[in-house]
Amino acid sequence: MLQNTVLIPLLPLLSAVILIATAGRLPKRLVATLGAGSVGLSAILVAQLSIAWLDNPVPYSLHLWTWMSVGDFQPGIAFYVDGLTVVMMSVITGVGFLIHLYSTEFMQDDDDYSRYFTYMNLFVGAMLILVLADNLLLLYLGWEGVGVCSYLLVGFWYKDPANGAAARKAFIVTRIGDTAMALGLFLLFTELRTLEIQQLAAAANLQWEPGGNLPILACALLLGGAVGKSAQLPLHTWLPDAMAGPTPVSALIHAATMVTAGVYLIARTHALFLMAPPVMLAVAIIGVATLLLAAFTALNQTDIKRILAYSTISQIGYMFLALGVGAFSAGIFHLMTHAFFKALLFLAAGAVIHCLHHEHNIFRMGGLRTRLPVVFWSFLIGSAALAALPFTSGWYSKDEILLATWTMPWAGPWLWAGGILGAILTALYSFRLVFIVFWGEAKTEPDRQPEWRMAGPLALLCLLSVVGGFIAQPLDQVFPAHQPEHATGAVAWITMGIAILGVIVAYLIYLSKQWSVEAGLNSPGMSRLREFWYSGWGMDRFYDSLFVSPYKTLARIMRNEPIDQLYNGIVQLSLWLHGWLSDQQSGQLRRYAASMVVGLILLVAVLAGAR
Amino acid sequence: MGGLVVPLEHVLLLAGLLFICGLTGLMIRRNVIFILMSLEVMLNAAALAFVAAGAYWGEPDGQIIFLLILAVAAAEVSVGLGLVLQIQRRFKTLDLDQASRMGG
Repeated sequence: MLQNTVLIPLLPLLSAVILIATAGRLPKRLVATLGAGSVGLSAILVAQLSIAWLDNPVPYSLHLWTWMSVGDFQPGIAFYVDGLTVVMMSVITGVGFLIHLYSTEFMQDDDDYSRYFTYMNLFVGAMLILVLADNLLLLYLGWEGVGVCSYLLVGFWYKDPANGAAARKAFIVTRIGDTAMALGLFLLFTELRTLEIQQLAAAANLQWEPGGNLPILACALLLGGAVGKSAQLPLHTWLPDAMAGPTPVSALIHAATMVTAGVYLIARTHALFLMAPPVMLAVAIIGVATLLLAAFTALNQTDIKRILAYSTISQIGYMFLALGVGAFSAGIFHLMTHAFFKALLFLAAGAVIHCLHHEHNIFRMGGLRTRLPVVFWSFLIGSAALAALPFTSGWYSKDEILLATWTMPWAGPWLWAGGILGAILTALYSFRLVFIVFWGEAKTEPDRQPEWRMAGPLALLCLLSVVGGFIAQPLDQVFPAHQPEHATGAVAWITMGIAILGVIVAYLIYLSKQWSVEAGLNSPGMSRLREFWYSGWGMDRFYDSLFVSPYKTLARIMRNEPIDQLYNGIVQLSLWLHGWLSDQQSGQLRRYAASMVVGLILLVAVLAGAR
Repeated sequence: MGGLVVPLEHVLLLAGLLFICGLTGLMIRRNVIFILMSLEVMLNAAALAFVAAGAYWGEPDGQIIFLLILAVAAAEVSVGLGLVLQIQRRFKTLDLDQASRMGG
């Protein structure tokens, strides 16, 4: 049974290879069977593997072959399976399969059906390699693989130049983090002579002092990679633009799996991070800052997908907070529940967009509660889980994070307060979305209803979003036993109930309209603030003026090759002189004579002057 | 000093004027015959300067050079007239501008 591990990433990759080789010549039905079927088979294998593994939960490695051998640098193509891997694989293949199934209907009318499933399968394969890798180099291969697929899928509808720009932005911004991560790998290898994750932890414990410079530097570099991939401050700007891709792509890559790779990386290398307390604190602070910034921004967006994108950034901020305070299991728990309810929300949003002729603006929707009942219930359940209303999956995971945050020494209460404010905002913006889109009067009429291939995954994800909180994760052996205590008493009650407050506020403002906030919101100061939040705290503009514009200006100057202009000038001068000189040889005797006279006069003048 | 009855400056001025006359003719005339004549004038201007200078210093060198110039002028004219005949025969004209076969 455990030998089948190899097949798990291999099946989607194989399907991708077949789809590449046939280059879109297969009928759509076959493409759908291959694309969704391969991931479905992987999901079944993962389920079998999990059941078999849980009987005897001992981590095991599977060394396939040595990738390369350079001196004592011998990274293998080798897989390592423990509780964390099992959780991640279940999420990737399970949610991945549902999204693939949904895509078969969502993309039905698209001409590039085959290309779409090629990229999606490639993505799932790369993501599985990322979580299965037993050394950081193979992990990096998967890491870059998912980056490439993200680029390809964001720019999937490449005929619109804006989509291409969004794809490039996603690729380049994450590449900044990846460069830091590569440097981190170099540092780890030069210092510890290995990249195998389990050996790294052992070697670091032996050779490094906790809190020393080397672990801090190495972890800071790895954190750079995680921040880029998981769209955290200050590299978060690519994710909202990445919504240019098809909606199931956003659900799979930019909500459930790829963007949480940074969380996975930190959790996987937690042994190193625990040796660098300042970096851990930085992780927590980045998490809180990101979750607040993204929540404020989400509150002001009007594009349904951008709201969800910012809420993804915000929720990953919670995961970073959990990792930062040392509550690794809580972080991974939230990763899993978030994968369920955010995939659900994205797929439901995709269904709305699909049924409303590609309408993205929430203020042109409305009244969909009775018109798209399946989507409505999915969205409601997803939003409840996102807002962490009691007894939904999001509630269990977010509670764990916030309660663990409180007990962190020194900064704990502050981080907790940030998280609580974020929780209120989360409830507010998610129910703002629900009330505006599904209540009120209809502004656009849906022209179709989702069929079973879209409704089925929605229903299953609804179920997971509700009961996901009861799934026990086999993470006990992965993470250190002494994780932070949970707070009790008043703090716990506030943490549990705070989301309801946000929902009530959203209800009063957006549904019953008992609170009129129009006047306050439209006052000059407030509207400027809202404008500022709407633009994502001006980060895009800031980066544009700081990096993008100067670079483009430089590129524009360089396009004319200014250095070459100098040499071209010399050539032009020589050519002109040559023409002038050859004109002098005219064959006109009288001109020769005149030239001689002029020359003689000049010579005499020079000699006379020299005397 | 010497056996010069007129001041040297006058003679040199005359020689200079003659030389410039010859030079101008050389540059502005198109007919080969006239160009040769202008050349002759220039040679004689130079010769005049030599003779005057020789007389001024009381040295025979000036007259010797004059003889040399006469010989050179005679040789030049004989070659020059030969060329004139050839030009006339080939181009049916003595206009030097029209006799040019080069571009430009």
